[in-house]
Amino acid sequence: MSLKIKKGSTAHSAYNLRANYGDEIETHTLAVLVDNEAGVLARVIGLFSGRGYNIESLTVAEVDHKGHLSRITIVTRGTPQVIEQIKAQLGRIVPVHEVHDLTVEGPVVERELALIKVSGTGDKRVEALRLADIFRAHVVDSTLDSFVFQITGTSDKVDAFADLMRPLGLTELARTGVAALSRGK
Amino acid sequence: MTRQMIGAKMIVQALKDQGVDTVFGYPGGAVLPIYDEIFQQNDIRHILVRHEQGAVHAAEGYARSTGKPGVVLVTSGPGATNAVTGLTDALLDSIPLVVLTGQVPTFMIGSDAFQEADTIGITRPCTKHNWLVKDTADLAATIHEAFHVATSGRPGPVLIDVPKDVQFASAKYTEKKQVNTGHYQPRVKGDMEQITKLVEAMEKAERPVFYTGGGVINSGPAASQLLRELVHATGFPITSTLMGLGSYPASGDKWLGMLGMHGLYEANLAMHDCDLMINIGARFDDRITGRLDAFSPKSKKAHVDIDPSSINKVIHVDIPIIGDVGHVLEDILKVWKARGRKTNSEGLAKWWVKIEEWRKVKCLSYTQSGTTIKPQYALERLEALTKHRKDRFICTEVGQHQMWAAQYLGFEDPNHWMTSGGLGTMGYGMPASVGVQIAHPDALVINVAGEASWLMNMQEMGTAIQYRLPVKQFILNNERLGMVRQWQQLLHGERYSHSWSDALPDFVKLAEAFGAKGILCSDPKDLDDAIMEMLNYDGPVIFDCLVEKHENCFPMIPSGKAHNEMLLGDASTEGAIGASGAVLV
Repeated sequence: MSLKIKKGSTAHSAYNLRANYGDEIETHTLAVLVDNEAGVLARVIGLFSGRGYNIESLTVAEVDHKGHLSRITIVTRGTPQVIEQIKAQLGRIVPVHEVHDLTVEGPVVERELALIKVSGTGDKRVEALRLADIFRAHVVDSTLDSFVFQITGTSDKVDAFADLMRPLGLTELARTGVAALSRGK
Repeated sequence: MTRQMIGAKMIVQALKDQGVDTVFGYPGGAVLPIYDEIFQQNDIRHILVRHEQGAVHAAEGYARSTGKPGVVLVTSGPGATNAVTGLTDALLDSIPLVVLTGQVPTFMIGSDAFQEADTIGITRPCTKHNWLVKDTADLAATIHEAFHVATSGRPGPVLIDVPKDVQFASAKYTEKKQVNTGHYQPRVKGDMEQITKLVEAMEKAERPVFYTGGGVINSGPAASQLLRELVHATGFPITSTLMGLGSYPASGDKWLGMLGMHGLYEANLAMHDCDLMINIGARFDDRITGRLDAFSPKSKKAHVDIDPSSINKVIHVDIPIIGDVGHVLEDILKVWKARGRKTNSEGLAKWWVKIEEWRKVKCLSYTQSGTTIKPQYALERLEALTKHRKDRFICTEVGQHQMWAAQYLGFEDPNHWMTSGGLGTMGYGMPASVGVQIAHPDALVINVAGEASWLMNMQEMGTAIQYRLPVKQFILNNERLGMVRQWQQLLHGERYSHSWSDALPDFVKLAEAFGAKGILCSDPKDLDDAIMEMLNYDGPVIFDCLVEKHENCFPMIPSGKAHNEMLLGDASTEGAIGASGAVLV
């Protein structure tokens, strides 16, 4: 018995047809409170890589020593449907206590710290120092031909400062990623 | 009373305190202390499998057929890695399992020791949760917590990795009641506002349909009972996924049959044309929805699920209800009754007229002629000769035979149908039948298999013989990987790349070599007698049923198509699947 299957194409693929959500890509900052136990960060990161979600920035540290709780701050991007899925999937992880979407929960303070090494002499060195002053970056290390600046602020501010330092001799950059808290009580 | 004991003894004690009566396992260097403790007691029965994958599938069969968590004990390294397929299978089908693995001593972890593997790392994405116990003092509490996690909320497999020195060291035993199960308390009660919204929609609906899934079965027998009551009271039609078969009886008059890729015509068209879809414990799997933009375009959708991440994952729903199926069904019934038991009887009557028209298509009809057994016929005869048995449990492997079993066998009760739905694991059914028979020694346990799947875990016949388990291996032998062959025929220009089973064993001789009974049947005339011979034999049987080699499984919704574009039989398959459909699985 032989079947003649015509080679044709349908107009659609099943997988690129999502239900009617907005397609706008949004950036959200999530705060995830977790038990501070071995492997908990691997669970969170594994979730993002396994399901194909983005991580723009991730910071983690213990915030409650007695309660063994760590706070993970994740900046992620996706459509509203993907963001909702990320939150629900994070909520399924057993050591996860709370998932907060700071972006929708109200005004939020977001800060990042960066250390920036700028090497150079003469005018460039002076200009770097002058710009650092404008950005309220501190000099935390200095040699005769280099500075290490410490800057805190929003990611945009850190970006802007780093961009200005590049032509002035930026050689190394270390960023912590975003830490965030909601404003008010 | 505080009790001091070594870790290995603690494990056995904790299992006893959790009510465990059976452990499926395989010993090895890193679990010898635990096996030593098992040897010295009689409360827990250890079933020695032949391969760790078999242990996990057997535990799945045990769990599915009893509603209790299945327990597995395997050694480190290869013992743990062999269990990975079973863990993933249980994760996708939400089967509660507690798997204990041995590990090299804590001071050797990370040294690439003999039979060392990063079991926690490997099993992190294929368990609901896992633990490495580094201190004997934490061991008992971890086991108690593991049972809590495996069985609460959406059930799933958990794993506890126990280094050998932790098994030898001594500490205080933590009683079950002393354990703080912590913050992990998934919500079971649904939101009453949403439930009321659903009831309002049910009162008005002209074309409602219940679409139920494995969640009903996982919620327990009471949930199935409530579902039956609700269907009976409202008179709404009901269909179910592969995983949910048995929660509503196949003999019930509101039953439309299974839906999905190989579901029944009436079930899929009811899903497509309904105006109210009530999803209870199912997850809009891609085998169910087909093309998403054409999935049930005219309906309002309600979704009852205990897992918030299932809501709006693939299909946007109008009425989300997060909670346990049993609890939510109870509230739906309560609210619906309190509001006067209303339905739109005029609309419903018209809806049923339409459904009856679809039923008349008789989408499962086929022609049995000549001297070759059609696989559908084999299953119809198996059904006819066994359906009177209330204690009949059916397991399957994965492929065409699995879909035919779902179509042609009728399931009257929950927990009587064991199949690998989400992961589609060939080799699941043989060990699962062992697990079911262990849990139900006097029941009729049949594994409907294909010859290719069956060979994947056939070593477990040894287990069946050792424990005198009269499992019936009903193999529909088409000497092909039937479903692969079907897709190659429909999608890949009839180029049958590696989809035949060459060099097959003589299954009768194989049965005899194991010490079981072998039956060969190739003529439709002999089929009934051969099946009776299988049923009447008190012991394990391998039934080699030689069937039509090129039979295709219909109805079929080709991938990338909508419910109302289903194929009913060979005549209509021309041009069935487009190029974009061919990239889908």
